[in-house]
Order: sequence, then structure tokens, then C-alpha cells
Amino acid sequence: MLLRTRALTKAFGSLRAVDGVDLVVEPGRLHAIIGPNGAGKSTFFNVVTGFFTADSGSVLFKDQEITRLPPHVISRRGVVRAFQRGTVFQTFTVFENVQAALLSRKGRTWNVFALASGMLRSETLRILDTLGLADQADVRAGHLSHGDLKRLEIGIALGMEPELLLLDEPTAGMSPEETAAQAALMERLVREQGLNILFTEHDMDVVFGIAKWITVLHQGRIIADGKPQDVRRDRHVQAVYLGEEL
Amino acid sequence: MKRWVLIVVGVVALVLPYVTEPIVVHTAIEILIMALFAMSFNLLFDGAGLLTFGHGCYFGVGAYTAALLMVEMRMPMFPAMVCAMVMGGLTSLVFGYFCVRLTGVYFSILTLAFAQLMFSVFQQAYTITGGDLGILDIQPPAFLVEVNAYYYFTLLVVGVSIWLLWRIMQSPFGRTLHASRDSVVRTQFIGINVRRYRLAAFVVAGVFASLAGGLFAPFNRAVAPFLVSWVKSSDPVLMTLLGGSATFWGPVVGAAVFTTLHEVAIGYTTYWLLLMGGILLFGVLFLPGGILGFLEERLHVGAAAPRTRMTEASGASSNARAD
Repeated sequence: MLLRTRALTKAFGSLRAVDGVDLVVEPGRLHAIIGPNGAGKSTFFNVVTGFFTADSGSVLFKDQEITRLPPHVISRRGVVRAFQRGTVFQTFTVFENVQAALLSRKGRTWNVFALASGMLRSETLRILDTLGLADQADVRAGHLSHGDLKRLEIGIALGMEPELLLLDEPTAGMSPEETAAQAALMERLVREQGLNILFTEHDMDVVFGIAKWITVLHQGRIIADGKPQDVRRDRHVQAVYLGEEL
Repeated sequence: MKRWVLIVVGVVALVLPYVTEPIVVHTAIEILIMALFAMSFNLLFDGAGLLTFGHGCYFGVGAYTAALLMVEMRMPMFPAMVCAMVMGGLTSLVFGYFCVRLTGVYFSILTLAFAQLMFSVFQQAYTITGGDLGILDIQPPAFLVEVNAYYYFTLLVVGVSIWLLWRIMQSPFGRTLHASRDSVVRTQFIGINVRRYRLAAFVVAGVFASLAGGLFAPFNRAVAPFLVSWVKSSDPVLMTLLGGSATFWGPVVGAAVFTTLHEVAIGYTTYWLLLMGGILLFGVLFLPGGILGFLEERLHVGAAAPRTRMTEASGASSNARAD
């Protein structure tokens, strides 16, 4: 297994946002975590990636303990995340955003004298090509549309050459066309580049359209975990999503 | 900035002693030193999104180190200046180690606190620093005593330093600092230990500030505690904002305008501080991108779209809390 959490718990005051979660991510799967608002999806991501420190429990990546390591160390181990709201380097161009991650990945960031502009051009452009952002390489990130911003999010994460990519609501706020393109991109990354993707998502069409495995969180606990058709039939899940068609 | 502007400024700088009077050359030396000081400040401010209120501390440490070594130990000026940079680097390493643990306004306040600490040490350690009297009679070597010679020497040192600072800002290290300025959180998630990079930037800025101080002491022939005071720390802040923090040459422009105004105004009125305040107020209100930011926007002298640093700096700190 690629990633495994054991009894992972994170509480804010009396609220147990993540409550003893045992989750396994097997390699090669497009794995979705779903659940109603406040189910603990984002908190779970934040604990796994080191943004929050776990109260108890553990996170293992490829059988190595990564619990309570700082974000920059976890990112280097191969677990890389993208954010829900376009958290990119605003004053950088699209090219420079992805390049910044690659410079870090390739260990160049302590170089204080060479010019950065020409470095890792082909690697950066290859990622932009994958995302369909190559024609906007020189546009400042602050000027991008919401959909492009979210693709750039993924681009920065790809610059870290991750083994496991964590995407928090990758289609939130997107138009139907953009959503379809984003879902297709995620499938392509798994199929063509052998990436493993764990993502949270509200759009059930996306989830049941592309996910090969689904975990359902409710009030910080896992209430269902399995193949999409099994999760869809699960009574408990149906009760939680009452009124929503699965 | 367009190349021809740089060439014109460079030529003017080179022929200046031949076309003007010594008093102007004297002011030009001060401008160069203050430009280096302001640029080292802007490495932190625009480069890393860190606003320090205590940068005068490192200028003062450089000036005092050079002064003490030259007067008390009879050390020649060049090794004394190297020692000044080393002392500035060590001081900023120790103070910076604590400062980079904090962010936003807390960072700024701690830099100010450390600078005030140094100020009281310099002011009260009479036996070493001469207290309020400072250290007098700092003599540069014979071949640099003449004002024109010291001018060319300063021009060379500051020119090389600015070129180094430019290379640092264009390097992958500089990029990484800029990234952390835009979003600390995102930078952490591309595998960067932001604190270590901030500390490195703090030390680099401290070394160049102390070099500016080390240039100033033999130029001024004397040092006094005010060089370490918070007033001195405010100089690079005001110069950088006046010139334009989001442009590479902004601090140089700010230093030139600020120093020239000071020299001119002080000859006419004892209320020169009031005049300076008024000009700064005008600058902040009507030229939010600074003089150079304004020029680049209006005249398209430069290529990059001007950015106002203050709004982005506050944006970056709110990013740090996001998610």
C-alpha cells in the first residue's frame, strides 16, 4: 500500500474533526474522499500533509512514518498537495510558478548566483504542456481565470514530481466544461504518468465518473470505503446524503 | 529599467568629480552608501516580504566595527571593512535566528527590539564605544583621504555590491524568497523550509548593511550611537518606499532623492524634518508604487507592471493564515 493512516485523530477543542481514521490508499487508484460539509475531508488532508499536527494516530507513506513531519519534508518525500483556492505565486508568471517547484525538487534553491530564468526550461514546459497551459506560460498568475488557476495549482504540485498527489476539491467553482477537462486531466495523469491521486470532491458526477475507490467520511469517521458501486448502494451513505442522488 | 538609462546614470557617476564641486561629490558618496543600505533592506522587504524596523543595527555594527578596529587596533581600512561585514553577518545571524521565528508585524517589532538593545549597548559601553561621544578621528588610508578618491572607491564597492544583490535576486535562491513572499504556505508545500531561507536572506541583508556602515565610518571620520538608532533604521524604509520597493533600482532612486533633499533643505530651514515628512506623505498618497514605480507605469521605462509592495506584503501574511 502507498499511504496508510492508523487511528488518525485531530480535534479542535471539543470538535473531533478527524476521529480515528484508518485509511489505506493502494497504488494506481484514483481515490476519492467524499462526505458532507464538515465531514473532516480538508482537515484530514491538512493532517496528512503536515499542515496540522495530528493529536494521535499515525500516517505511513510507503511504510515510512511521516506523522508530524513538517510540510516541506513531507512534500519532499513524495506526498504533494494542491490547494482548494488557487494558492499560487501571484507575482510569478505561469512558467515561473511551475519552475519554482522544479527548482526546489532538483535541489537548486541554495544557488545564489546563477540566473534562474533559463533553468529547467524543458522540464517546466513539459508540465505546462500536460496541463494545456503552455500558451499562457508568460501570463502573470494574478491575471489567470479561476479554472486556469486551479490547473496551475496542479502544475506546481507536479513540479515536485510527486508519487501521491492530494487534490482538495480540484473542480470547485469550475464551469461544467472546465470540470470535465479537469476530470479528464486527473485520469490522464494516473493512466499516462503512473501518478497516484487522492482527492476530495463535492461533485458526485466527477467522483463516480473517475474514482476507482471511494472513502466516505462523516463527522470525522469513515462510514464507507470501497468500490464506487458498493459505496453507492451503502445504506449508511444514502442516509448521510439523504435527498442527494448517488 | 531600460539599458540607456543605466548607461547615462553610469556615465554621469563616472565623470561627476570632474564636472561638479567637492560638496556635490561628498553628497554623492553619501547617496551611494545609503543606496547600498536601502538595497540591502529591500532584499528583505521586496525580496522576502519581511519588513524590518531594525536594519540600522547592522549598519551601526559595521560602522562601529570598522571604526574601533581602525582607531583602537590601528588596523588598515580594507581588513577592517571585511571584519565589519563579518561582525554584521554574525550579529544578523544571532538576531535573525530569533526574528524569523515570527511573522508579520511581530517580526518587525522583534527586529526593532534587537536594534534598540544594540543601541543601548553602544550608547552605554563608554569604555569601548565612547558612549554618546562616539569614536572620532577615523582616518582612511592616505590615497583615499581626498574626496574624489573616496568617491571612486565607494562607487566601485557599491557598484559591485549592487550587481551581487541583483544576481542574488535573479538566482534560484532569490526566486525562492520571492515565492515565500507571495505565499508562505505554498512555498512550504514545494518542499522549502521557509525559515532557513528567511534567515539566509536576513544574514545577506545584514552583511551588505554592515558593509555600507563600514564605508560610512571612514567617510564620515566619526561614528556615534545615532547610527544604530531607530531613526537610522527608518532611513532605508522611507528611501525604499519613496523610490519604489517593487523595482530593483527603487531604493537607489529613493536614497538619491532623500539624501539630496536632506542636503538642500537643511541649508534653508531648521524645519527640514517637516519638509521631508511632507514629501514622504505626498509620495505615499500619490505615488503608491514609489517614484520609479510611477515612472515605469507612466513612461513605460521598464517592462514589468508596477506592483505596490505594501498591499502584497499584507496579502502574503493573510495567505499564511489561509487554509
